[in-house]
Amino acid sequence: MSDSAKITLATAWLDGCSGCHMSFLDLDQRLIELAAKVDIVYSPIVDTKELPVDVDVGILEGAVSTEENLQIARMFRERCKFLISLGDCAVSGNVPSMRNTFDLDDVFDHAFVETVQAQPGRPTESLPTLLRTVVPIHHVVNVDLFVQGCPPSADTIWYVLTELIAGRTPDPTQITRFGA
Amino acid sequence: MPGPPVTTSTGVKVRVVTLKINEHDIGARETDSILDVAQANHIRIPSLCFLEGLSTWGACRLCVVEIEGYPRPVSACSTTVSEGMVITTHSDRLKRYRRTILELLFAERNHVCSVCVSNGHCELQDLAAECGMDHVRVPYRNQPYAVDSTHEMYRVDHNRCVLCTRCVRVCDEIEGAHTWDVMGRGIECQVITDLNQPWGDSSSCTSCGKCVQVCPTGALVKKGTAAGEMEKHDEFLPYLAQMRGNR
Repeated sequence: MSDSAKITLATAWLDGCSGCHMSFLDLDQRLIELAAKVDIVYSPIVDTKELPVDVDVGILEGAVSTEENLQIARMFRERCKFLISLGDCAVSGNVPSMRNTFDLDDVFDHAFVETVQAQPGRPTESLPTLLRTVVPIHHVVNVDLFVQGCPPSADTIWYVLTELIAGRTPDPTQITRFGA
Repeated sequence: MPGPPVTTSTGVKVRVVTLKINEHDIGARETDSILDVAQANHIRIPSLCFLEGLSTWGACRLCVVEIEGYPRPVSACSTTVSEGMVITTHSDRLKRYRRTILELLFAERNHVCSVCVSNGHCELQDLAAECGMDHVRVPYRNQPYAVDSTHEMYRVDHNRCVLCTRCVRVCDEIEGAHTWDVMGRGIECQVITDLNQPWGDSSSCTSCGKCVQVCPTGALVKKGTAAGEMEKHDEFLPYLAQMRGNR
């Protein structure tokens, strides 16, 4: 059961490498301090299967590359009061968006046919449909705060979260940047 | 009223003018640009295409400033000071303009910092941080540009080029080779070597590498560098420019 006095936090990774979440875990012993003030209600690093309908802070890592990413981004926007784009993929598209200069058919062929020795062939089921163009999160839903970095350091994430907990709006541009 | 003429190190007489930058009273030679004067007085104005030692180009518009009584902002690098000017370098409007310019630059070509050889040593990246450009609001163009690796020591990645033309100017004005030039208009515009021939086949390039050192981004780089490894040094430039004089 969640403590009603705590701030609720939900996170998800879309098209990213999970490095931003690893950076979050790099908070190390500060995670214990964080747990006293924040309840992580949905995340790849906890066991909950469903995003609750009303969450205080949502954090999205990764770019929007598939129909599923798009669905999750929209759901987060709908259910989170404050939405954060965490890391360069979420903020700018970053590495995942570098496929945008290629034709999507060529991308499929390269990934599933040309470079594959065992059973080459395009997947026909179980994988979400790829969008033609990879876009940052704020190009599909409104985002309240942008935290750059590949990945943003644990200190940056700590700064952002503690400022929010204190009721202030953080300005991460002072401590992180694209590619940091 | 303009002040009395003073003699410069080159023997040319210039007048001294007084002006205000951000409420500070400043004296300057009337031949100096607003950017020169600001830099000499430790007032930071963001700039990209400007580089001390090269001719002034005025293309990037990041150094725009407001002058009282002028209808629109002007570029500080290409506007000379005059008596009584009242200059503002960081109004809300100017900050908005600079941010928009940076967003358009990032959207135009590939400026993914994380995988760039110049990550951490890039003037465009630094400017984005300085001007608070934390996301790009316009759609990315996602258009691929060529990469020319034919030169034995250097590479040009047009995807990272911001068309500041520093390479063109340093090659022409300092090295005297004029290997680099500009071709095409609008989004087709790009820097070229010789008559748009592969860099490695250039008969005019001396392989001096000045273009690489003055390039503000990861467009011109040394081969064999991995992400973040390309550090550049352009400190030599004012000295070479001075030694070369008008020759």
